[in-house]
Amino acid sequence: MDRAERGAFITAVAFMGFFFALIVYAAKGLNIDVPTCITDVKPFTQGQVIQHAPDRYEIHYLAKMWYFEPADVELPVGSTVDIYLTSGDVIHGFKIDGTNVNLMAIPGTVAYARVKFDKPGVYHIVCHEYCGIGHQNMATKIIVKGGEQQ
Amino acid sequence: MRVEGSVKTVILGEIIFPIVLLIFGIYHGLMQVLYRAGVIKDMSFLGIEYYQGLTLHGVINVVVFTTMIIVAFGNAVFLYYLKKPLRPAVQWVSFLLMVVGTLMAAWAMFAGKANVLYTFYYPLIAHPAFYIGAALLLVGSVIPLFFDWVPNYIAWRKEHPGEKVPLAVFGMLVNHIMWVIMLVPVVIEVLFQLIPVSLGLIPETNPSLSRTLFWAFGHPVVYFWLLPAYVMLYTILPKIVTGEGKLYSDSAARFAFLLFVLFSFPVGLHHQYTEPGITNSYKLIHAFFTLGVAVPSLITAFTVAASLEYSIKSKYPEVRNSLFYWWTKIPYISLEGDKWLVSYFMAGLLLFLAGGITGIVNASYNLNLVVHNTSFVPGHFHTTVGGLVTLSFLGISLYMVSKLMGKDIRFKGLAVIAPWLWWQGMLIFEYAMSMAGIHGFPRRTNTGISYLNPESPLYRPEWVGYAELTVLAGFIIVLGFVFWAISFFGTILSPKVRESTIEFPTAPALHDEKAPALNRLTPWFVVSVLLFVISYIPAIYDVTKRGVFFDSPGYNDKSPVPITKPQSAKEDQRNTAEAK
Ligand code: HEM
Ligand SMILES: [Cu+2]
Ligand SMILES: [Cu+2]
Repeated sequence: MDRAERGAFITAVAFMGFFFALIVYAAKGLNIDVPTCITDVKPFTQGQVIQHAPDRYEIHYLAKMWYFEPADVELPVGSTVDIYLTSGDVIHGFKIDGTNVNLMAIPGTVAYARVKFDKPGVYHIVCHEYCGIGHQNMATKIIVKGGEQQ
Repeated sequence: MRVEGSVKTVILGEIIFPIVLLIFGIYHGLMQVLYRAGVIKDMSFLGIEYYQGLTLHGVINVVVFTTMIIVAFGNAVFLYYLKKPLRPAVQWVSFLLMVVGTLMAAWAMFAGKANVLYTFYYPLIAHPAFYIGAALLLVGSVIPLFFDWVPNYIAWRKEHPGEKVPLAVFGMLVNHIMWVIMLVPVVIEVLFQLIPVSLGLIPETNPSLSRTLFWAFGHPVVYFWLLPAYVMLYTILPKIVTGEGKLYSDSAARFAFLLFVLFSFPVGLHHQYTEPGITNSYKLIHAFFTLGVAVPSLITAFTVAASLEYSIKSKYPEVRNSLFYWWTKIPYISLEGDKWLVSYFMAGLLLFLAGGITGIVNASYNLNLVVHNTSFVPGHFHTTVGGLVTLSFLGISLYMVSKLMGKDIRFKGLAVIAPWLWWQGMLIFEYAMSMAGIHGFPRRTNTGISYLNPESPLYRPEWVGYAELTVLAGFIIVLGFVFWAISFFGTILSPKVRESTIEFPTAPALHDEKAPALNRLTPWFVVSVLLFVISYIPAIYDVTKRGVFFDSPGYNDKSPVPITKPQSAKEDQRNTAEAK
């Protein structure tokens, strides 16, 4: 190894180490983590919206060929929502645009993410994993209504 | 070195057969951009459905084309560098298994009985011919390693005690041993989960487990595609760039290959960041190793750049003191001798730069939440496997065919322009797919019917511009491919002017240490397999014992009713689960 080579090698390792440190910081310090493994919630067979408090919600999304249950959901702005997702048949995807919620729906398991809707608007949700012939039509949305609109 | 007889025929077959199929693969690539942008607003075109075409595109381009070209190149490398004959019987068995397997899978795909995409995620189930065909292709591809390459390698080492095996042989050998290791999990998935369900022998199996086994293969496989391209970058490119160039460091190249051996395997969970059923800290460990496996690529970037700089500067003294100006002396477009190949490698490398950066984004754990399963991901890998890998494979295919058939390369001008059109098209494609992906544009979706259809309630106008840009990109890439194909088939059909030979331009090393630790493979592979197994034990435990409540029956792509188990049986099982 000559000097230039050693320099390149150290730079490469240092960069990757730095990136990894940032990832860990984002996950542990800023709490931007990937979806959790839920082992105590049994896969449900029905979708539903549960309100716990004026701004606390729980939504159970059931993904099936080729729709989400519940369909469109309306929430007040500022709501914090616990999202649970499972599949009733094959693999589906679930991404709420404009948020960090990006989940896979896998039969036999429950995925979980928490999200707070600070801004009013329409949050589109698409199934982003191929799930058969109707995949391109599998979408829903969350409509977040602002204070003044209510 | 002269090559005649059946070995020559087999190698040529291993090049020409997948390339004929690649024409269908590329055709579907073009169709996909048209469908997705809403130019074709339909479920199918010319009798082939969108997802059927997407399955063909994925399977042909990254399973059949890559595997067969790698075997062909590996055969040629072992033959030429070790100067030891390959065994015709072995070669024929391997080739025929690959052809028969491919034809079986192709039949299932063309018949619409395998619309499961190239990742064939359970619970979607394909016709058994699809899985059995894929398995035969894979078995055929490992046969030369066991019965030709390893025996010849051992014999060569006996005859050359204390010598290093040629770098190209080293790289191809390491790569194919990695291939055998990574096949283990996917073979388990196919043999014990998918084929039994597909044949109706068992009614259901565990989807999370099958995904985990798939990705334990599915990420390492990208290095299986990449390392042969690196072999070419280390051995051929530095030589041909000036005609007498050198590889900067032989040990650095071997060290990079061995780092791939270590870090290519404990990484598959980075495809499963967004999944339930696997504890996050295990995913984070795989994120760590994924960043680790970027290191040998960065070493390669350094060594290739240093080799180019050294070679150019020793040929052109006038740029000896320049920091950047030597770049202008690289023969990006040159018809002289073998220099036409430089354009394939340089275009590929410049694409790989984009692929490397987007790859690190994908790998970055929480950052992956922004891009997972959006068009960002296909944007990324069209500059890696669809960029550097495909371009070097197209280049080397043309090169090998001209040598093996003893023909001059025809339409060399088109052959030199082709990679630059490809480069330009793929850059636009990568840009458009990445930007759209960041705005949520999904991958694997026939968006022209719904999201990009102004008449649909699902219409998303913010994606339209990007999708249209991919159409432009698609046409540029296809034009590049057509140029290449004219030269390729023109060469094949032209008269023979020389005897059939095989040889590769090979750069000698500038720094060439002995480094015995880098030439004993066993310890590296032992550590590698241990790391692989240890890194997967917790994840396998999660998806079999902790995170998954029940198995699932199989489905086909057309109906929400399971095909392997009556609905009532499923309800019964749910009820017992609830009663427990
Ligand atoms: C004309 C050239 C090409 C075009 C226009 C093209 C276009 C596309 C598009 C638009 C997609 C995304 C489809 C979707 O997600 O719905 C795609 C997927 C894909 N492409 Fe290409 N492609 C081309 C060449 C290639 C090449 C050369 C390779 C590899 C050697 C390749 C490998 C793949 C793979 C593996 C997928 C993923 C399939 C899947 O998600 O199941 N493509 N291609
Ligand atoms: Cu879907
Ligand atoms: Cu990967």
